[in-house]
Order: sequence, then C-alpha cells, then structure tokens
Amino acid sequence: MTTDVNDIVETIIAALVKTLPTPVTVTTETSITRDLGLDSLAVMDFVMVLEDKFDVSIPMERIAEVETIGDLARTISELRGHA
Amino acid sequence: MTILAKYTKLREHYHRIAGAGRDPFTVKFDAMLSPTEGMLNGRRTILLGTNNYLGLTFDQSCIDKGVDALKSFGTGTTGSRIANGSYDGHAALERELATFYGRESCMVFTTGYQANLGIISTLVGKDDLLFLDSDSHASIYDAAKMTPAQVIRFRHNDPEDLNKRLRRVADHPGNKLVVVEGIYSMLGDVAPLKEFAQVKRENGVYLLVDEAHSMGVLGETGRGLAQEVGVEDDVDFIVGTFSKSLGAVGGFCVSDLPDFDVMRVACRPYMFTASLPPSVIATCLRSLERLQEEPGLRTKLMANSKRLYDGLRNLGFQVGPDVNPIVAVSLPSIELAITFWNRLLEEGLYLNLALPPATPNSQSLLRTSVSAAHTTKQIDTAIDLFAKVARQLGVQPALVQTAAE
Repeated sequence: MTTDVNDIVETIIAALVKTLPTPVTVTTETSITRDLGLDSLAVMDFVMVLEDKFDVSIPMERIAEVETIGDLARTISELRGHA
Repeated sequence: MTILAKYTKLREHYHRIAGAGRDPFTVKFDAMLSPTEGMLNGRRTILLGTNNYLGLTFDQSCIDKGVDALKSFGTGTTGSRIANGSYDGHAALERELATFYGRESCMVFTTGYQANLGIISTLVGKDDLLFLDSDSHASIYDAAKMTPAQVIRFRHNDPEDLNKRLRRVADHPGNKLVVVEGIYSMLGDVAPLKEFAQVKRENGVYLLVDEAHSMGVLGETGRGLAQEVGVEDDVDFIVGTFSKSLGAVGGFCVSDLPDFDVMRVACRPYMFTASLPPSVIATCLRSLERLQEEPGLRTKLMANSKRLYDGLRNLGFQVGPDVNPIVAVSLPSIELAITFWNRLLEEGLYLNLALPPATPNSQSLLRTSVSAAHTTKQIDTAIDLFAKVARQLGVQPALVQTAAE
C-alpha cells in the first residue's frame, strides 16, 4: 500500500472515530457497513465529510463498490490522482 | 434460510414498531367521511396526514367528471402511452399543465414516483453528472441508481456546498443536472431556490425542481416555489404530482427545452407502464381548474398551517424551520414517537409516523399535513390532543427538544 493511501486511511479513521456513537477499533480491513453499524445514509453523510477533507467528489456509484476502510482510501487516492 | 433471509433485521425492526400498538404501516380506513375525516377501527378520526392540501378528493365537480369519464371510456386504458394507452384526456391534461406552467411541453406519468424516476434517469447519460440534495425523496435516489451518470450528493439546502462540488468538476465536459425539491416532505422545509438558481446560472448547469409538495401550495397562482421566489426562468424542468394538491394519483414534468418530446420514446418508466385510467385524468383536469379558480383554498391552507405550526410550537414541541402545510414534530426517541403516535390514534387523530432511515438526521417524527378543508376547530382539536397525550405520557415538550435542526 502506498504512503498516500496509508495517510488517507489514518485521516479516515481519525474522522470516523469522531462520528461513531460508540468507540470501535477501526483498521484497514474494517467493513464500513457491517462492522460500524452505519446505515447507508450515514455512510453517505460520512463520505461527504471526507470529500471536504480531501477536496474530491466521490460519486455514489463508487461508494456502492466500497466495502472496507482500505477500499475507501484507495478510491479517494484514485480520484485525487485524476484531479 | 430463504431468499428473504437478508431482510431478517428489517423484519425484526418492523415487528418491534408494529408490536408497540397498531401497525403504522398497515393503517386501514374503513370509510372516508370527508377529505379530513375517516372511520378508523370504528372511530371517527381527524385525518391530519394525507397530503390532501386543497381537500379536493371529495369535490363534487371533480367526482362528476370522473364518473362521466368512467362511463364513457371504461375502467382503464389497459396499455402504455406509446402503445395503446393515449386518449384525448391524457393529451388534454398535458396541454392544460403546460399552459398552467407557461411551458412548451408536458409529459404525464402514471405516478409521481415514476415522473422523477423516468425524467431524471433519462436526462442524464453516462457522460453526464447528476447532483442531488442529500435529503432527496426516494424517487430521486432511485433515479440516481438507474442512471449510468456519475451521481454527487450535496449538503441539504446548501447552495454554497453545491457550488463547491460543481467547481470541483468544472472541467468535466458532460452535462450537469441539479435536482432539488420545493418543499421537503419530511420536515416541510423549503429550498433556498433563489440561491440555487444563482449557482445554476454561474455554473451553466441544468436545474430540475420537484414541486410535489409545493404545487397548489406556494406561488401567486399555485405553480410552486419557483413562482413564489420568482426564478421560474432558471428552472429547466419542473416535476410534480397529482396525488397531493390535485387529490388523485399520477405525475408530470413540464419544460421549455426544445425537442423535449423525444423523452416519450427514451424514458422507460414512461414507455413501459400502463397509462392513467381516464377517470383519474378527468378528475385531475377538473382539480387543476379548481386550483386556479379558487386561490382562496391556498389562503385557507396557509392559515390552517400557521395555526397548527404556532399551536404546536407554543406547546414547546420542536417543529420544522418553515411554516408550511407539512408540520413535523421531532421527538427524542423512536420509542416515544411510536407510543405518542398510538395514543393520538386512540384519541381520534391520524398522522404519519416517520422514522429513521426515512428521516433527515435520523429524527423520529410525528408528521402532519394540513388541508384547506380542515376546519379551525379540527386544527385546535389536534393541538389539544398533542397537549393531552404529552401530559398523559409525562412528556414536557419544552424539555424533550432534541438538537436536530
């Protein structure tokens, strides 16, 4: 995994921990919908926070493909690469 | 494990809600006494959650037109608009709606849901971008799922946030369509449409406004929010429904875009559905006239809305940000909302229980919709019942306000 993606993972986890109602240990392999108890709307709202942090727009169809925190970080990294 | 196993959690959630009293998802009216009263479990019940804004469901002239059409044209068209389901009435209703909105073209759909689903998913193609308000109705989200276009959400009622997201993709060569609603159906809050129109102009994008809950409610002649705030020229597409102020079922889209009619052979939710029964078309033609003949209905509607909104707020309940026919009371927990809803129903007041994830910010809402046909006494009775149930449940409204906005 590249440094860029690692940095993104750290930022995501830091932002996520602030959002979650109960403390959860989050890693690259954590499943966003299964392990965090977030419904689909909550996931999309959290993605908005990340969009602003990274100044990218993540289209909804890309969010649908994301399973883990690692997937999300790679998606953001790719979208930033295209910018 | 059957194919339905994936819904186990949903089923449990449903049973928990239904098990607390009456099942809010299967409330059944035994008889309708008027636009504002029905029989529920053998009890006369005030209807305060029907979206029947102008109270036209029992308008005698609408009923007469419907009966005539039923006798002359039969029970249904048994076909789709492009195959065998276009009658004189369908074309007439499209002409009347286009005239009402001062637009070139109109397409009528079998439901409001299909109007959004069809228009939005067909307008944007694979090289285009679709921008949605995060509180959009399910029909808009479902359109987003159907389109091959990239879909980007912006923060609810936040033109600056939309502007930021549009600027990020300023170099994208595709067409861009922004979708907002006039009045949002859960909290009754209004879009800052003037500001959205400005963002639209500055970025050179298309703007679609869903006036489902604002048609017949807002605007000098009832055309909706775009008319109310004077930005109709900036709105490229207006979508609306017949199932609220017009008191029936169906949906439509009006536009001035040249060649808009090509949508009739491109839009699948339009092409592959049976068209509306002639009797429904006939009642809508008449209720659209009634909407225009009697501006007093809108005056009465807004007076009723203000009375209910102020009454509930003065009791200490947290209501939405704008005075509108949709007045939603936010309660701090799902359990309290369910209990409160059940008690109101037992007292003879029907309204809508709206729970997460169908609500903004995961709020638990008692959602009411006011009608021009409500009497002042009915509105006051509703307010009194809210006060009574709050007392009985030991709820002090002023103390249960949540931080939700």
